[in-house]
Amino acid sequence: MGLLSKKDSKLILDPLADNNPITIQVLGICSALAITAQLKPSIVMAISVVFVLSVGNVVISLMRNIIPSKIRIIVQLIVVATLVIIVDQVLKAFAYSLSKELSVFIGLIITNCIIMGRFEAFALANKPWPSFLDGIGNAAGYGLILIIVGFFRELLGSGTLFGFKVLGDSVEKTGLYAIGYENNGFMVLPPMALIVVGLIIWVQRSRNKELIED
Amino acid sequence: MAIDTDKNSYTIIFAIVMVLVVGSILAGLASGLKPLVDANKRFEKQQNILYAMGINANEGTSDVAFISTDKVEDEFTSTITKQYVIEGTKVSEDSEAYLIDIKKEEAKAKDPSYTRKLPLFEGEKDGQPIYVIPIRGKGLWDAIWGFVAVDKSMTVQGVFFDHAGETPGLGAEIKQRYFMDDFAGEHLLNDAGVYGGINVAKGNADPKNERKDDNAVDAIAGATITGDGVTAMIKKDLKMYVPYFKTLN
Repeated sequence: MGLLSKKDSKLILDPLADNNPITIQVLGICSALAITAQLKPSIVMAISVVFVLSVGNVVISLMRNIIPSKIRIIVQLIVVATLVIIVDQVLKAFAYSLSKELSVFIGLIITNCIIMGRFEAFALANKPWPSFLDGIGNAAGYGLILIIVGFFRELLGSGTLFGFKVLGDSVEKTGLYAIGYENNGFMVLPPMALIVVGLIIWVQRSRNKELIED
Repeated sequence: MAIDTDKNSYTIIFAIVMVLVVGSILAGLASGLKPLVDANKRFEKQQNILYAMGINANEGTSDVAFISTDKVEDEFTSTITKQYVIEGTKVSEDSEAYLIDIKKEEAKAKDPSYTRKLPLFEGEKDGQPIYVIPIRGKGLWDAIWGFVAVDKSMTVQGVFFDHAGETPGLGAEIKQRYFMDDFAGEHLLNDAGVYGGINVAKGNADPKNERKDDNAVDAIAGATITGDGVTAMIKKDLKMYVPYFKTLN
């Protein structure tokens, strides 16, 4: 037997594709619109969400029997906010330049509905280990879509990846620009993120007919 | 015995304990890390001032690169020979002028009886004195700030801009080299010696910014309000130094 039982690996693999938080559950769209204009912040956001969601899920799961149901949403919010502040402070002290680049995005994690959604739907009713795996799986599923969207938006919108000019120089007219290609300015605007997410949903559902709702 | 988690008294006690626990964790963390965070902020300011003067680790067309944090303190003290505080017409030297918080000064200056402290840093490059001036303004979402290095005639030698929360890919591009490099060589005073600032101009038919005397640099497409913010902060903050530069010439 491997490290994970069949049930455990399902917790991780399901949210990557057939139960993806963005494309199937349609959660976490707002941050996907806000930060995917470039690839680097998308990746950083993905990593931060993996940390916050997996640790947060474990904390909520450990407290699941003592949380008063009347204030459970507030308790969940406090847990997310605390974790986010810890991440932010530690980065500020030990990786200052990185923290400057991320500060806005780290703050955005608090408003990420996937996190509250997983606390509410999974961690409140399950033991810590499955909750941890569920957190990793869902955050990774979210991150995967973020990275795909960030990749296309940065490539087509700015002609760069991680800031490197991969399509040639738009001012000097080299590379693809020499044969008449122009950067698509729409790609850097938030609405295009929604359209790219829509295209991913389209592709995913046309490949797996079971996902189509009647 | 199972606890009755629905009772009001339990809910209140739980909330109080939770707030106390979370509060002490965060307070402990914040005060424990404060010296490190403060040192990082000080180094950053020094790096930014040096960057505006053209002392940086940029290579070719790479991204913005500062000189490394372990060298910045020495480099700063050897390059910035004098630091001044300008209060009205009085100019005094102060070796810690770079620590003046210009945000607080701006707020205090709303009281008309207060004379605002303006920090100014003097260094030398290629035998010429260079002056670095801190500026601060508003972008689209949050504060933007920067440092402008000028020579005696108020011709820009280099700039550094930063922001707290502009849109990635749009307004956040003000801290990219292609934008900041455009400012070098621009004149802040026009031919008649009147202060004109620098406009971040849309549809400036000069995309490579070859004309340096038009008081304009090319804007970032789609980032109108951040660009206007840069124009405004240059106009407002650098203007206060004009009387001092008049006395130099």
